[in-house]
Amino acid sequence: MNLLRLFGKKTFPRGIHLEEHKAETNAKPTRRLPFAPEIIVPLAQHVGKPAKAIVFKGQLVTRGELIAIADGFMSVPIHAPVTGTIKEIGLAKTAQGGKQAAIIITTSLSSGQQLLDSDIQFDYLQMSREELIQAVQNTGIVGLGGAAFPTHVKMQTPADCSIHTVLVNGCECEPFLTTDHRLMLERIEHLLQGIRISMKCVDAPKAIIGIEDNKMDVLHAIEPHLPDDNSIRIKAIATKYPQGAQKMLAYSLLGIEIPSGSRSSDAGLAIFNVATLAKIGALLPKGHGLIERTITVTGDSLENPGNYLAPIGTPLRYILDHAGFKGKEAGVILGGPMMGIPVRSLDVPITKGTGGVLVLDERATRRDDISPCIKCSSCLQACPINLNPSELGLLAAKRQYDVMEEKYHLNDCFECGCCSYVCPSNIPLVQYFRIAKTLNRERHLQNG
Amino acid sequence: MAKSDLKIDIRTSPYIRKAPTVAQIMRNVVYALLPLVIYSVYHFGISALALILVTAMSCMATEHFFCKMSGKKSTILDASAAVSGLLLAMTLPPGFPLWMGAVAGFTAIAMGKTLFGGLGFNLFNPALVGRAFVQAAFPVSITTWTPALATDRFVEFIPSTLALPFMKPLPTADWSIQVAIDGFTGATPLALMKFQGIITDSYDLFMGNVAGSTGETSVLLILVCGAYLVYKQMLDWRIPAAVIIGTAISAELFYFIDPDKYPSPAFMLFSGGLMFAAVFMASDMVASPVTPLGIFVFGCLVGILTVVIRLFGGLTEAVMYAILFGNAATPIIETYTQPRIYGARKNKQDKS
Repeated sequence: MNLLRLFGKKTFPRGIHLEEHKAETNAKPTRRLPFAPEIIVPLAQHVGKPAKAIVFKGQLVTRGELIAIADGFMSVPIHAPVTGTIKEIGLAKTAQGGKQAAIIITTSLSSGQQLLDSDIQFDYLQMSREELIQAVQNTGIVGLGGAAFPTHVKMQTPADCSIHTVLVNGCECEPFLTTDHRLMLERIEHLLQGIRISMKCVDAPKAIIGIEDNKMDVLHAIEPHLPDDNSIRIKAIATKYPQGAQKMLAYSLLGIEIPSGSRSSDAGLAIFNVATLAKIGALLPKGHGLIERTITVTGDSLENPGNYLAPIGTPLRYILDHAGFKGKEAGVILGGPMMGIPVRSLDVPITKGTGGVLVLDERATRRDDISPCIKCSSCLQACPINLNPSELGLLAAKRQYDVMEEKYHLNDCFECGCCSYVCPSNIPLVQYFRIAKTLNRERHLQNG
Repeated sequence: MAKSDLKIDIRTSPYIRKAPTVAQIMRNVVYALLPLVIYSVYHFGISALALILVTAMSCMATEHFFCKMSGKKSTILDASAAVSGLLLAMTLPPGFPLWMGAVAGFTAIAMGKTLFGGLGFNLFNPALVGRAFVQAAFPVSITTWTPALATDRFVEFIPSTLALPFMKPLPTADWSIQVAIDGFTGATPLALMKFQGIITDSYDLFMGNVAGSTGETSVLLILVCGAYLVYKQMLDWRIPAAVIIGTAISAELFYFIDPDKYPSPAFMLFSGGLMFAAVFMASDMVASPVTPLGIFVFGCLVGILTVVIRLFGGLTEAVMYAILFGNAATPIIETYTQPRIYGARKNKQDKS
């Protein structure tokens, strides 16, 4: 396979080619969405401990004001996305169907929504690594690619790992989504600033921006802005799903495999999404907090698909109404069609990790008859990790979850969905694997 | 929009998929076999047609019967039984008595497929299970070949075809001599090689101007039909390729040792059912390994076993047993050929 890398396009083995569906939105400039009359800000929008609310009911807040503080290192603060009144601190619906603690703000429609002035001006070049990581935490930034893992935690690399390269993930390999694409065209200065800050945070001498070769306009737009010393470079790699997965990106760009069960830092890499770094570049020097993000709103039965800059906490119903949603009954998905999560209610807000709102109508809810596995091996030829999904699926049907983990590397599956996509028998393999992983975790907890 | 929440049945990711269904794959295999069916009817006449229809109907009826008996939805619409029936007919001699063909079809599905739990669970290729059964049950009929291109083949059945159930078929030797053109005896190239030491010309083998089982005679046509399925991504080309490699290398080895005693690799590849079996039988998805290395090992094993049985066994047709053996070995091949995953550690101690 290394031989192939010398001659062919830079990419990883296996994976699948998908219809892109990006043309509907990728040529339209990002537009700002109006402020919804009511904003729902969940306290747990990130991986880790939920933030602690520091406001009370009836309090007036200004856009950009701190309304919840980080609860420890593995947590991030939250800033008010709008100027308004705290209506309630209570439970709000989540996309998955449960409820969680949230701050609900009634927007003052008469307010001009001026951003709270910050008197802090950071010169990141003068700051120490520790100060910089603290500043990143203060912005409330988490992985905006969807993982929502606190970025400052990722930047706090263990003392025994030295990072040689920052990989900047601009692949956006999920169909339909184009936020990263637009951002790389519209926010080049912020992105480069963010890359420099991240390089300083992890103490890495160089950075590579990886994009799929369906976004060559990005390459041409960014190249003139790159520094002459070659410390930041941009590379186009093959358009293939899941090119934007960390492990795939590391292999496609550098030929490095991140060892099974370990983090990217063990391979000397720090991998960040372009949206995350662009936000750091925009917010950190001014001491601002993360209060809005760009989302792609697209799919079937929408009059105005496009990329919208929306305050965090804007309810889906409000966003879909603005995008001219005409469907009666729809399958709405947060994220892309391969890995996104289904939405059970439209009265839930977008959060820091939401990159797209996708309307798939009947495609999201269609159920095909499942037939037995005919061992066609399509899934093996699609799995980017080189697992054996066929065997894993058969074991899952027999509920041998322990064998799946011990002998067939279940935990290396990152649920990209390639196996389910190619299965002629319509076996919901990824769903089986999710269940198996959950049950295994429970079993491990019980056994101590 | 309505105030109430959406009440919809939600699936989990991925929400899009693009794959031919199992039924589409099976139907395409049927399409790919049709040219072979037409050629065999042209070649051997209405006897071949009758035999193909009987085995196909027998397989489908058996599948339907067992599904109904076990209270399940009938699965004949997925066309996998039709595929088994066609494949089975292709491996039988054209003059094979029809009632024996029906028995073969029943055995193929009943013992080769339903017994294991239906499509996807069978350990062996059902068509070959059926053929193995009739090979044991009717050793004479299954080794009685008749000449191709007989003059009256479109109006007259081969005498053995219409034998009554449980009756011995009429001998065809006299008939064969009577209808044969150019002293064409009906002996297959493999039989000629084994018992008379005559090597048939490779060109004739390739084009199919020889005696043999219903569907195995024209290598050219088999390759074209196989190429169609590969193009449609419904046939794993690695399996036929590995079988051909295994056969060629092992045949070359013997040919190298003693070219007078052993036939050339080209003869081995183009004669008998090898090419048909490589393209359509060994590649049966269900009964072959799924792992990349396993596929290669499986194919080579089938090729090597075929050569060994042909040269040293008592039978002329070896590829059937080679594949059945390969099918039996599939689970163990898979166990030892699991793919190396991305980022796998070199040794277990690493995994602290």
